[in-house]
Amino acid sequence: MKRYVIRRLLMAIPLLLVISFVCFCFISLIPSNPAEVALRIQQTPIITEEAIAKMEELLGLNKPFLVRYVDWVLGCLHGDFGISYVNPARTVAGELVRCLPATLQLAGASFIIVVVLSIPIGFLCAIHKDGWFDKIMRGIIFISTAMPAYWVGLLLMWGIGVKLGWLPTNGNGTWRHLIMPAFTVALSYISTYIRLIRNNMLENMKQDYVLYANVRGLPQKSILIKHILKNSMHTCIVAMGMSIPQLISGTIVVENVFSWPGLGTLCISSIFNRDYPVIQTYVLLIGVLFVVFNLLFDILQTVSDPRLRKES
Amino acid sequence: MGKRFLHNRTAVLTVSLVAIIALIGIFAPFFAPNDPYKTDILNKFADYSAQFPLGTDQLGRCVLSRLIYGIRPTLGLAVLTMLGTIGLGALLGIMAGYFRGIVEEIIMRVVDVVLSFPSQIMVFAVVALLGVSVQNVIIANVFIKWAWYARMIRTGVMQYRDRNFVQFSRCVGMPERFILFRHLLPSITSDLAVLASLDVGWAIINISTLSFLSLGVQAPTPEWGAMLNEAKDVLTSNPTQMIVPGIAIVVLVSCFNLMGDALRDVLDPKEAER
Amino acid sequence: MSTVLELKNLQVGLRQRQSETPLVKCVSFAVAPGECLGILGESGSGKSMSVKAAMGLLDSSFHISGSALFQGEELLGKSAEELRRLRGGRVGIILQNPMTCFDPIYRIGDQIAETFAAHNSWDKAEIRTRSLSMLEKMRIRSPEEVLEKYPHQLSGGMLQRVMIGIATAMAPELLIADEPTTAIDAITQFEILNELLKIKHEQKVAMLFISHDLNAISKVADRIVVLNQGQVVDEGDFHHILYHATDPYTRLLVEKRAAVMRQYRVVLKKAGAEHA
Repeated sequence: MKRYVIRRLLMAIPLLLVISFVCFCFISLIPSNPAEVALRIQQTPIITEEAIAKMEELLGLNKPFLVRYVDWVLGCLHGDFGISYVNPARTVAGELVRCLPATLQLAGASFIIVVVLSIPIGFLCAIHKDGWFDKIMRGIIFISTAMPAYWVGLLLMWGIGVKLGWLPTNGNGTWRHLIMPAFTVALSYISTYIRLIRNNMLENMKQDYVLYANVRGLPQKSILIKHILKNSMHTCIVAMGMSIPQLISGTIVVENVFSWPGLGTLCISSIFNRDYPVIQTYVLLIGVLFVVFNLLFDILQTVSDPRLRKES
Repeated sequence: MGKRFLHNRTAVLTVSLVAIIALIGIFAPFFAPNDPYKTDILNKFADYSAQFPLGTDQLGRCVLSRLIYGIRPTLGLAVLTMLGTIGLGALLGIMAGYFRGIVEEIIMRVVDVVLSFPSQIMVFAVVALLGVSVQNVIIANVFIKWAWYARMIRTGVMQYRDRNFVQFSRCVGMPERFILFRHLLPSITSDLAVLASLDVGWAIINISTLSFLSLGVQAPTPEWGAMLNEAKDVLTSNPTQMIVPGIAIVVLVSCFNLMGDALRDVLDPKEAER
Repeated sequence: MSTVLELKNLQVGLRQRQSETPLVKCVSFAVAPGECLGILGESGSGKSMSVKAAMGLLDSSFHISGSALFQGEELLGKSAEELRRLRGGRVGIILQNPMTCFDPIYRIGDQIAETFAAHNSWDKAEIRTRSLSMLEKMRIRSPEEVLEKYPHQLSGGMLQRVMIGIATAMAPELLIADEPTTAIDAITQFEILNELLKIKHEQKVAMLFISHDLNAISKVADRIVVLNQGQVVDEGDFHHILYHATDPYTRLLVEKRAAVMRQYRVVLKKAGAEHA
């Protein structure tokens, strides 16, 4: 068991290196000289050779490629992601720290909504397979997979925010601001997980252990919840956990619809401003989260399943 | 197979609906009642009328005409993206599956790296890197999706390359190129068709999302996502403006999703029985 | 003669979109207290289907008609809850794949305990002592440890014995063994059959032994019913089946077995000769 965990941790390291390398190459691939871009963005009136050289010095662009990469990785490990092109007084880390809480709040709330809604609905769909509830939910799921998240956001904003006036349409601060954006982010994941739990439970229902539970005369409720649901949850929790980074990256669009002051809004405005270090760090952050959450839930699955726990 | 296709009502309906939408888009000038770019600020937010069947937007442009002209970028770019994706994915997948060895190793490692990033972030990163424009949106979408196809096609090729008829062709001494195109491609086409039609829906949503964030098709070009972006600004004064393009997207995407499922039933009856 | 379980003209059909496919056509048999009835037939002959139908183990896509009497009570109209109380309590059932029949994520002890709790109002301590004595009765070594084990950590034979233990623990009036020896190796098969024989002698329960294996059935059954394609084709004691069977399908089964036995004797003789 311990050996398995250590092996998994070691296997993650090369992947993290590759991800960081790709992110680093990102800035080197910009068609124009980053120093020049930085100067332009700061609206320096006359861009001279010296100014570019000075900026290169400031941004550390005059060193060899690999040296810069190592410096950058070491910097990242210390939480130093460089400085923003747009406003050299600000560090990228500072910008991210400023915007991160709002995004985490949004992603966390969406995750709770996903768990709270998709598990019971998936459960009900599975036990009433082909019943009216299952059919209605299947219809809703089908439509919702075809709906772009931003449009869902607009509809909610108009219906609940403007027409009914129940919830504020933009900004953040209170939990009432949180509901609509969080639900919008959650919607596509809810449909995915309803389907996953439903199909997983139906698959489990065909297993021998369910027949034997019936043979032993266990109450229906206990078979459904204690055995079938719990067995299905194992797979689903892992899948849900692994999708957390996707949930965080999924907030980009919704944050922009609801003017939510998080990473997504920062990312889009950085794209418009060509503030490459911010985008680079954002991509790195999501990439690392992706690896970490995959690793975490993979290990969790191994620990929680008695069949896998023993081996290794 | 043609018979099975005609017997599958969903397949026939969705394919014809997509064909009709595509035709309307191609012959947009013929179907659109008005010029989609002609502004008439005095007649903004007009109600439904004979001249403007779906009313006018914040600049007094005909919503229906913009919707019809919008088919071109919306559907066109999605199809273009899919063609690019399949082309690149098939090329690399077949190379990996057929030549094996070092070629395969390199291609598959690159595939692993691409798949280890969340796709949504990669789109934004690529657009940020290359700058905001329509062609970059397509490049970004192809870039994040090709790896799926490369992996799937490689698996398909590997399953087929050891089949007897391919072995036979090789024994008979046919050139490799001939074997590839004559035998391997047709045998993986059905998988490809299903996956591709499901992914056109995905591409439509993705491209329209970028346009909605003003990172893709730019105003005043009438793309559905861009139209929704404009509608967002007049959400309180003219809320109905966002209904029509949204429904259009949902209908078109649902259509492709249904088509994918139906094609799977048609092409792979064994799978459908499950 | 009083009967414990009696099936009369039982029919089971699978409902499909328009039609109904008959799976069991008119099966009737009865088993008396202390008697072991063997049900013989190849897979798909409807032997376990008819018993499952009587015990309410089939879902609603099956259409069941006829009559199934347990101690004189009609089972077919009973509610799911009444049938549930019957199963595991007054009717013990043993299934054929012990390795897959236990829920992989619960310990054996938990699964025994939940069965006991479902039919009795025993407290925790009593459930534990009863679990231990049940495992001991099944001659399982170090029962305390076995209670803490997960199903994948035990062998098929052990799990089969736990299963038999659970089925017999609550003094059932009827024991149904559905192919109990099919999925396990020959030596364990022998032990399991002895276990069942012992139970039959000690507890005087009525037993239904379902199998496609004429050897296994001949060892435990007092009387045999032969099923083929959802119908009873022959009935009688082992002697009758062996020598006086009228049905061609039964004869085929018997002859196959006889051929195997002849071959076996020849091999034995040869081996004996070589040894000597």
